[in-house]
Amino acid sequence: MKKFLALMLALCMTFSLAACGGGSDSEDEGSASTASGSTTEEDGDASTDGDASGSAEGESTAVNSDVKIGVVLLGDENEGYTYAHIAGIQTAAENLGLSDDQILWKYNISEDEGCYDACVDLVESGCSLILTNSYGHQSYCQQAASEFPEVEFVALTGDTANQAGMDNFHNAFTCVYQSRYVSGVVAGMKIAELVENGELSDANYDADGNVKIGYVGAYPYAEVVSGYTAFFLGVQSVYENVSMEVQYTNSWFDLTGEYEAAKALISDGCVIIGQHADSTGAPSACQEMYEAGTTVYSVGYNIDMLSVAPDAALVSATNVWAVYYEYAFSCALNGEEIATDWAEGYETGAVAITTLGDACAEGTAEKVAEVEAALTDGSLQVFDCSTFTVDGENPTSILIDMDLDYVGDTEGVVDGVFQESVLRSAPGFTARIDGITELN
Amino acid sequence: MQTSASGGSRLRIVKRDSLPMWKAVGIRLLAVLLALLVDAILIYCIVNLNPVDVYKTMFSGAFGTTRRAWITARDTALLLCMSVGLAPAFKMRFWNTGAEGQILVGAICTAFCMINLADVLPTGLLLVVMALASIVGGGLWGLIPAVFKAKWDTNETLFTLMLNYVAIQLTSFCVACWENPYGSNTVGIINQNSQAGWFPALFGASYGLNILLAVLLTVGMFCYLRYTKQGYEIAVVGESRNTARYAGVSITKVYIRTMILSGAICGFSGFIAVAGSSHTVSTSTAGGRGFTAIIVAWLAKFNTFFMVVISLLLVFLEKGSSEIASQYNLNEYAAEMIEGIILFFILGSEFFLNYRLVRTGKEKEGK
Repeated sequence: MKKFLALMLALCMTFSLAACGGGSDSEDEGSASTASGSTTEEDGDASTDGDASGSAEGESTAVNSDVKIGVVLLGDENEGYTYAHIAGIQTAAENLGLSDDQILWKYNISEDEGCYDACVDLVESGCSLILTNSYGHQSYCQQAASEFPEVEFVALTGDTANQAGMDNFHNAFTCVYQSRYVSGVVAGMKIAELVENGELSDANYDADGNVKIGYVGAYPYAEVVSGYTAFFLGVQSVYENVSMEVQYTNSWFDLTGEYEAAKALISDGCVIIGQHADSTGAPSACQEMYEAGTTVYSVGYNIDMLSVAPDAALVSATNVWAVYYEYAFSCALNGEEIATDWAEGYETGAVAITTLGDACAEGTAEKVAEVEAALTDGSLQVFDCSTFTVDGENPTSILIDMDLDYVGDTEGVVDGVFQESVLRSAPGFTARIDGITELN
Repeated sequence: MQTSASGGSRLRIVKRDSLPMWKAVGIRLLAVLLALLVDAILIYCIVNLNPVDVYKTMFSGAFGTTRRAWITARDTALLLCMSVGLAPAFKMRFWNTGAEGQILVGAICTAFCMINLADVLPTGLLLVVMALASIVGGGLWGLIPAVFKAKWDTNETLFTLMLNYVAIQLTSFCVACWENPYGSNTVGIINQNSQAGWFPALFGASYGLNILLAVLLTVGMFCYLRYTKQGYEIAVVGESRNTARYAGVSITKVYIRTMILSGAICGFSGFIAVAGSSHTVSTSTAGGRGFTAIIVAWLAKFNTFFMVVISLLLVFLEKGSSEIASQYNLNEYAAEMIEGIILFFILGSEFFLNYRLVRTGKEKEGK
């Protein structure tokens, strides 16, 4: 017992050494932001609501405002998905003139109570807007939102906000199906070229004479189904006679699994491999097979795949997160309400495709510009029901599962067009259209 | 030994018999201070930050606000429970590397009850059922390797380690069965609205019960190991199996009984993790803490009170690291380096606690 007390004492000493410094920490922060501040009338706005420790910040004011924003990120800059978010946040902050100490970062936050802890910690640090970047963060973000009604929360890529009925809890997702459609157009151009030049063999056609293409998907969920359908429709808009096989990996990030899935599809004769999973496995497989003499090209996701597949990569569909971050940040700065469900695409530049690879067919850039312009002005709708069939007929009704009970409950088709990401930001298209086969 | 050949003075390593308390504490303290010093130099040289500021930030990350202090306490309590669970097995020289799996099995048993019995039982009773389920699950996961060890003398280190992977797969399977909302591949927060099966606030603190349970386990295990006959049997088996046999202790019985206890406490930690803090279950519910607990148990020499200090230190380092990552935009690896150096020094100090350096040469006593 004596031994234990002595050890406790020793540790107390070590800690108190640090504690002496710890006490003055908050003063440091306070004086730093005071120094950079000038007076504005929004002093003591939303950011100080229900927040005891934020009083120091409340008195100080920064150039634009005293608003602080917290971001909770799944990974750090070493992880591609989060890297795209970090880049978006930095761009948005720069455009709005936010200073460095107005954004509080939480890196490597797992999808468990750690996310709730991080959210609450940010509230206590005086943030008036808190965003989480991964789907799995959603329920913890929502829990924090219910406890701190004066702070705005956004669960990016989430889908429960419109059912939660809280004023301060929001979802956002880009209309990435639009850029997937465009990436499909790029693939379609390539197929047309391959057919014209007679570069395809019998193995590349199915029994009905359609050119075979493949798709590596993560999970059989609406987000993925919506994505591959948009891609497929993009291909078909250029080259009608195609059929697609979808291979699921049951993981968002599985380098080996995606590589193997792509390999299997290529062996089966697919000439284009699309993907909705986060690793570079599929493009690597395409490059390897391409070098071995197989005719196959890759369409990626999130990041430019040219570094891993310089010969085989055509293009990747991406999100431009900066657009949303800028919107949400400016709402917070101006005290405006954030949309419960935000989903924008080409009309505001929230989605894009990466640089076209050298392998792309001639005239692709012009065609892409044309399609992008049509998507931007709304004259082209991706899920136009007259362009696809379900069980042999053009559908007149496709239900969306709004209350997340596994059963579609709300009509998604209006005026012959499926309204993707209109009722809620997260994708909701789950119909399996003709021409696409799920292998597993 | 072959020392004085050169004629000059040389260092020799001599085993210590025992060490006065103040010296032992002094050596450990010196180790921590040295580690902080080395870290300071490293921080300054590599990332060019003021080390004192960095330490201040670490402290504020762990104890800067009331809530942070509670979270640190909550996580310390959890790690402590796991370490306490390992204590009897390790004292018996039974290398239970399966805490991770035992925790997960306890966690899925807890979550199963939480999901399926929430509407049937009142919260008080539900908590008891959940706790019992976790104890049975964890105990079973401890029993299996013990039986194999006792009957066929299998290698328990490998056996328990392998069972971790079985438990991880089992957890993935359960997550797939219970996923909510559909398509998320996560269980989400269980009973988010009703809060059925969640730990109630105790003494006005949301994590009061977590800490109380940890304290009870710590004290209980200390007494069990030190003052009971069974605790003594564990010590004897650990020291020498032959002595134990000679003294008429049934080794089979002690192995099985102790591993059930060890597994049950680890399983119970899974219950605390699920019902007391995360309110969900996933393969990261244990999150490597089952392995960290091994370090804690070892460093504390299986003394449960020392485990409190070591757990606190490790959790402090973890919280501090993530705070400096966020404040100085250092990525987590930089913070982990600091953490690693501190642990290295503490482990290194064990050498000086067990041995001393003696200067030998012409002048016998040195100076």
